[in-house]
Amino acid sequence: MSRRFQPLSLLKHAILWVAVAVIVFPPYILVLNALKSKQEFAQTSVFKLPENLFNFDNFVSVVGRAHLDRAYRNTLIIIVVAVIGNVALGTMVAYILGRFDFKLKKAVMGAYIAVSFVPTITTQVATFTVIHHLHLYNTLWASIVLHLGTNVLQIFIYLQFLHNIPKELDEAAMMEGASLFRIYRTIIFPLLTPATATIVIIKTIDIYNDMFIPYLYMPSQKLTVVSTSLMNFSSERSTEWEMMSAAILLIMVPIVLVYLFFQKYVFAGIASGAVK
Amino acid sequence: MINNLSYGLQKRILIILFLLVPLALLAVFALYPAVYLVYLSFMTWDGFSPEKTWAGLSNYKEVFSNKEIWQTFLHNLVYLLWGIIQNALGLCFALLLNSRLRGRNAYRVMLFMPYIMNGVAVAYMFNYVFNSEYGSLNTMLRSLGLDSLAISWFGSPGAVNHVLGFITLWKFMGLNMVIYLAALQSVSSEIVEASRIDGANRWQTIIHVILPNITKVIELNLFLTIIGTLEIFDLPFILTKGGPLGASDTFLTKTVDTAFHFNNFGMASAMSLTLIAAVIVILSIQRMVTRRWGN
Repeated sequence: MSRRFQPLSLLKHAILWVAVAVIVFPPYILVLNALKSKQEFAQTSVFKLPENLFNFDNFVSVVGRAHLDRAYRNTLIIIVVAVIGNVALGTMVAYILGRFDFKLKKAVMGAYIAVSFVPTITTQVATFTVIHHLHLYNTLWASIVLHLGTNVLQIFIYLQFLHNIPKELDEAAMMEGASLFRIYRTIIFPLLTPATATIVIIKTIDIYNDMFIPYLYMPSQKLTVVSTSLMNFSSERSTEWEMMSAAILLIMVPIVLVYLFFQKYVFAGIASGAVK
Repeated sequence: MINNLSYGLQKRILIILFLLVPLALLAVFALYPAVYLVYLSFMTWDGFSPEKTWAGLSNYKEVFSNKEIWQTFLHNLVYLLWGIIQNALGLCFALLLNSRLRGRNAYRVMLFMPYIMNGVAVAYMFNYVFNSEYGSLNTMLRSLGLDSLAISWFGSPGAVNHVLGFITLWKFMGLNMVIYLAALQSVSSEIVEASRIDGANRWQTIIHVILPNITKVIELNLFLTIIGTLEIFDLPFILTKGGPLGASDTFLTKTVDTAFHFNNFGMASAMSLTLIAAVIVILSIQRMVTRRWGN
């Protein structure tokens, strides 16, 4: 490009930096104040740098006081069980819908599509009674079971990948007498790995950020997840700002790290979602 | 022959086995609740008592005649205003990032980041930005001598929905941007080159060549925004509980309150179905509009 465009590119960078500043500003204020002692917070402006940049006392004490260790553990259990189950079920549904023809195929696909039009919060009134009847209320299973099922987006991502796996591979395996289950397990499932990676990351972010299901179905203190532990701590200690700042950061940072490490898969998922 | 038969049998067994659990989950946690919701909407029920009494259409009549419920839609409308700004910004940043620029990916990663952040954490974080006494915004305004502007953001009925709308924009602008960016990258570079050769400048190229090619995606994003604003729930639920005096209630916070706070499950079901109907109407309009472009 010629020199003529230099000022334009400078302007672009300036605009983008303003946007980045608007995004970074609120978390930056949190970092400043999470590093201050109670007294220091009360006496200084929120914009002032902390006296000691390595004062991690608030972080250490808020883990115990807000029971964040328990919240991380519960969240992790839900994520691991629900994601493993979800991937198993999702690949199974995709294999059946992508490789076989049967009478009710359209009905199955139609049911998944129909359900996707209904916003989940609106049906919680009815889901609530189902969870009660199944005796899942106030157990981690409530959250696991509600995140276990596959959805249209996931089926769609898997089907896209499945269509790119040549049917000749299945046929060659059949020639050698492999069972259909063996074909699913040794050919289809491993070749769907790129799609699975995207789904694992997106599902992990979804479950980590979920607030309403744990709030509604797991009110017990022992079953708090990251979102609900923060809500509980806030209702008890909302005036201790330096503590709250540390707690918010501790909830925010893990999923941001997951995102930064696996951004490729996040953007792949968004792209497939947009195509739908 | 035997092989074929056994594969046929295997196929039947596998279809049943593989679909059994997923379809059971779908039926129990999605289809049944949806049907049950319809049933409940014709009932009067407090949520615990074994008895539900037939209410006919009275729940629906109440939904459509209750002014308080309809007024919450006006609050959702404020979010729509911010949603439209959010779309415009998303498109502008997508256009910026679609050009040759150093650090493009780093900018994209940064601008998209709020979308993946924990919603509860984001809500409390902004509590500290907009808090009237110690919030960073009012601290800044006061230090600039603009004390009169340092109002109670969450306490003023006129401002509260705009504040929540702004936070929504902060969180979701990146999503719009990424979708627009994907669309822009699929516009063939040949037609862009051709318009350049014909003497169009950058601005003319954007207006006359690039934008007409992504109209469908702009429409899609706008419809998603409309539906998203109808379904606003988390932010007012966490930050204001609908206050002050219901000034920041949205249709969904009102619905959830009606069920789980006032134990009026029949009424809440009728409200839910009203919202679902609205979503379906908007989606059908979108289908029609998109098809018009197809012809």
